[in-house]
Amino acid sequence: MPDMKTDALIRTLAEDGATRRPSLARRLTLALLIGGSLAAGLFATTLGVRPDIGAALHTWPFVFKIAIALLAYALALWACARLASPQVGVRDTLAGLIAAPVLLAAAVGYELLTVAPDAWLTRAVGSNARVCLVAIPLLSLAPLAGALAALRVGAPQSPSTAGAVTGLMAGTFAATLYAVHCPDDSALFVALWYSLAVAIVAVLGAIAGSRVLQW
Amino acid sequence: MPDQTSHWTELMRAANRGDAHAYRRVLEGLAPILRGLVKRGFARYGLGPEEVEDVVQETLLAVHLKRQTWDERQPLLPWVRAIAQNKLIDNLRRRGRRVHVPIDDIGDALAVDDEPAISNGVDAERILASLNGRQRQIVQAISIEGASARQVADRLGMTEGAVRVALHRALKSIAGALRSA
Repeated sequence: MPDMKTDALIRTLAEDGATRRPSLARRLTLALLIGGSLAAGLFATTLGVRPDIGAALHTWPFVFKIAIALLAYALALWACARLASPQVGVRDTLAGLIAAPVLLAAAVGYELLTVAPDAWLTRAVGSNARVCLVAIPLLSLAPLAGALAALRVGAPQSPSTAGAVTGLMAGTFAATLYAVHCPDDSALFVALWYSLAVAIVAVLGAIAGSRVLQW
Repeated sequence: MPDQTSHWTELMRAANRGDAHAYRRVLEGLAPILRGLVKRGFARYGLGPEEVEDVVQETLLAVHLKRQTWDERQPLLPWVRAIAQNKLIDNLRRRGRRVHVPIDDIGDALAVDDEPAISNGVDAERILASLNGRQRQIVQAISIEGASARQVADRLGMTEGAVRVALHRALKSIAGALRSA
């Protein structure tokens, strides 16, 4: 058998041309609806919303914690959809994520200025850091798996970076859920433990992405 | 030749609307453009044209399988070039070259290379080996004998839809087999 000629390949591709598939945006939306619902179900049946949620909603630290988590999620979602294109510069996109850590750093700075130094350690250690480190990665698994499956139609320049950002997206989604349960509202606690938990998911995403997002 | 950029973009938009003829013209038009691009990319690394056709074919396959990542509002050729550069870099890495050229740097001009293909491209044996029996029959009938999906369906006693599904899966397997080759 001779080599495959390019015109034979073109003929074959053209014959397949009529097959239409849903767009990346639709696949990603569907994956996040399913993955997000699974995570929310898991959250509701295990951890649940903290009992003093009504009072917490009137405190700035809690509102700020949720706002930062949501902002980080929105930015990571934007970046993760963008990176599916082969034309998108990885560096520019990653630079676009910077607003979330900057805002978190500002909140930490404010806390350091307004809270007495001998309370810093208590706040940073918090009351349930271990739950945070376990819950966020667990809650992120379904959205991460769904999003990676959806992104397989993409053509990222760097599959591992795209996977890491997908992990960031799933991790910050899980962090937003977890934040509604977690009694620790200190920016010091969030900067330390939430970030670490999300970083674990990002590493997971990078490892998975370097395998499943190859094209 | 009309203004290249808008010409190919228009054709590809028509292809997305289901115009099979336009789609075929896009692929046929891209082949010589890619040939030139890949040849220049290889030349930068002191490599001859032996594997040019392999990269051209891998790029055409990726253009086909990943065409959803092209934003219709943007010109087509820069997107095609991005796909080609990724495939070129994959090829160079497989051959043990350290790739240090910035991704935007490989050949800006999208000149058509009118010289005929020097090599024949990827080994058909290797491609067909990655497919199951049915897929192999379908790909062989369409690529080598030039049959249509309709004709293959009649011959194999399948519905046209089933042939198309199998063909699409086969193309994905081929892309995977080429990547890991």
